[in-house]
Amino acid sequence: MSTHTLSVLVEDKPGVLARIAGLFSRRGFNIDSLAVGPTEHADVSRMTIVVSVESFPLEQVTKQLNKLVEVIKIVELEPAQAVSRELLMVKVRADATTRGQVLECVQLFRAKVVDVAPDAVTIQAVGNVDKLADFLRVLEPFGVRELVQSGMVAIGRGSRSISERTMRPVPTPAPPPRAV
Amino acid sequence: MAEGFFVGQMLDPTHHPGTNRTKEEQMSQAEPITGAQSLIRSLEHAGVDTIFGIPGGAILPAYDPLMDSSAIRHILVRHEQGAGHAAQGYAAATGRVGVCMATSGPGATNLVTPLADAHMDSVPMVAVTGQVGAAMIGTDAFQEADIRGITMPITKHNFLVTDPAEIPQKIAEAFHIASTGRPGPVLVDVAKSALTAQTGFRWPTELHLPGYRPVTKPHAKQIREATRLILEARRPVLYVGGGTIRAGAHRELAELAALTGIPVVTTLMARGAFPDSNPQHLGMPGMHGTVAAVAGLQRSDLMISLGARFDDRVTGNLDSFAPNAKVIHADIDPAEIGKNRHADVPIVGDCREVIVELIAALRSAYDQGESGDYEAWVEFLAGVKKKYPLGYDAPADGSLAPQYVIERLGAIAGPDAIYTSGVGQHQMWAAHFIDYEKPNTWLNSGGLGTMGYSVPAAMGAKVGCPDTTVWSIDGDGCFQMTNQELATCAIEGIPIKVAIINNQSLGMVRQWQTLFYNQRYSNTDLQRQGGQSSGPVRIPDFEKLAEAYGCVGLSCDTPGDVDATINKAMEVDDVPVVVDFRVHRDAMVWPMVAAGTSNDDIKYARDMAPEFEEDDV
Repeated sequence: MSTHTLSVLVEDKPGVLARIAGLFSRRGFNIDSLAVGPTEHADVSRMTIVVSVESFPLEQVTKQLNKLVEVIKIVELEPAQAVSRELLMVKVRADATTRGQVLECVQLFRAKVVDVAPDAVTIQAVGNVDKLADFLRVLEPFGVRELVQSGMVAIGRGSRSISERTMRPVPTPAPPPRAV
Repeated sequence: MAEGFFVGQMLDPTHHPGTNRTKEEQMSQAEPITGAQSLIRSLEHAGVDTIFGIPGGAILPAYDPLMDSSAIRHILVRHEQGAGHAAQGYAAATGRVGVCMATSGPGATNLVTPLADAHMDSVPMVAVTGQVGAAMIGTDAFQEADIRGITMPITKHNFLVTDPAEIPQKIAEAFHIASTGRPGPVLVDVAKSALTAQTGFRWPTELHLPGYRPVTKPHAKQIREATRLILEARRPVLYVGGGTIRAGAHRELAELAALTGIPVVTTLMARGAFPDSNPQHLGMPGMHGTVAAVAGLQRSDLMISLGARFDDRVTGNLDSFAPNAKVIHADIDPAEIGKNRHADVPIVGDCREVIVELIAALRSAYDQGESGDYEAWVEFLAGVKKKYPLGYDAPADGSLAPQYVIERLGAIAGPDAIYTSGVGQHQMWAAHFIDYEKPNTWLNSGGLGTMGYSVPAAMGAKVGCPDTTVWSIDGDGCFQMTNQELATCAIEGIPIKVAIINNQSLGMVRQWQTLFYNQRYSNTDLQRQGGQSSGPVRIPDFEKLAEAYGCVGLSCDTPGDVDATINKAMEVDDVPVVVDFRVHRDAMVWPMVAAGTSNDDIKYARDMAPEFEEDDV
């Protein structure tokens, strides 16, 4: 098993998430994480899907995804050629005796406190998956009360855009040949 | 027969078969019409001449303007499943997009089986369903079902339309998607509120489908590579699938076969793509394939797959399927290539274009003095074909052999007729014992295996090809799932012919019980209750049933009467005919590769394995 990151450009239409989620479950593929949001084009959304598969089924995943009419383009992002980040927010038990230690961890990981209560702090952290896993391991002893993660988003390095060539106007299809 | 499954004039805004409106009038957005009128006008623009359907609450507004359409004939069926299979039959026989219509909720869910069937067998089809009003969606309203959600995995694409202004655009897109690339079913669900609202009408001149660009032209490098393999091979086989028929590539296939001399197998979906009379044809491969076709694929060193998808019913156990063969896999759907079997040369493209390119590349190689050497192989397969022909034993008690009935039917009705079948033993016999010479003459439910396909599909085929004789070859089990459409046929003047291969049981399941379940016939006997010993009761009496439906009813139970009965049925051309052929119930389909086993373990009769002279190849 290996982990792959797919960037999927889709038309921003109702039901497209259901189509993609349904395809994964129907074909027996597992999603590690899925994050979706708008792009620089008003009609296009971008999904970052992390899947754990062998390389052979990955080809099937992308081919089947490509068959969906509302899927415009799929790019697999190689870890070395891409920047990937995830955001997490975590509520950690922290009273007067432990708050100092918790804040030290926050500083070490360049995270940020976004809310404080008498017996807890809420921390926001951004990073790649490994960094966030390490951060959580450090916070664990204090007591994690609630955790939410955004799912990974990723973008290729360099100046090239995966969407610039895909959004050219759609030519009117030529009349298809008639198979007599 | 086929006009191609493309609606050529779809994008021509001046094309409007229903009325004589001027272009300016059509383009005008000022002329307010209802969404329902817009829907019917859109269907006319898409070139629709026939709709199979049933009205109901949510789709009701559309049925009012439909009544005024001179271009569209609506055929009122008796069950929505019949509408769906009829649209499939129409599409498969003519090559045009088949259209069915139903209301929301149960009307739409009754279309689920035909949609799944069309999806598996790549049938171009558009289903239009009514949906509850937009404001009621999601409230569990009366007759509400999320048909878009339900059909997502079993359609090529689907739409929910709540804005009446979108109706023409979505209908145009639906027909384009259904008929291009790998054909398939598209569902358009239209909210009742969109049908009743006022809107303007404008037939679109361009489509907004940035994610849909099917590749039809094969890559030159892959064609070169395929050509090289074909020239190097010593034991090649053309493995021809249903895509060849959908692409209208039968002429090009015949040319390729003649040019190379390579033996041909045609899958269940491809029967008719290559003439059965051609000596190069080894027959159908697979679980019930001919010994020659199965051995041909199994022992090949090169499989040239054209529009086939390595279905498990063809490959048997995948690991032992054609172990020494390299694979050239040509398909318009990239996801099929390498899905089940690694492709040494993947070719994405329209089958016809692929074959044309292959012919050109091979011709130029031949011109340069290169050639393939398949002589020993062709001779070996000819020997296998001769030694293990298709056959059957007549029942010792003088009763009717089902294979004989089907063989005679094919001989009398001939290769110009269209044959549809249900699923089971009769389907396999109809695939084997009728000689197909032309594409689009053999219509069946291959991928999904839908019992009940035959009668409504025959109805659709007859509507699409009114001058062609259409025989539905059906089992008594299948027939009872959709025979209500006989009423439609009788009332609408659609004179199909039905041959019920009546063995009083669910024959194929019974065959498995005979072979694999120690003859314990659990729930496969349609005439005796739970193994009780009372004699057969013949419920229903199919002859009387046919007459009750306004059809001619005939029956036959002895071999001597078969020809006369078929001829009598052939003479009736104004009403549907149903013939009850009461056949021997223990007949089995052979050859057979047991499920999950290797194709090497094919039996051509019970406990009879073919013997090959290994040195011959």
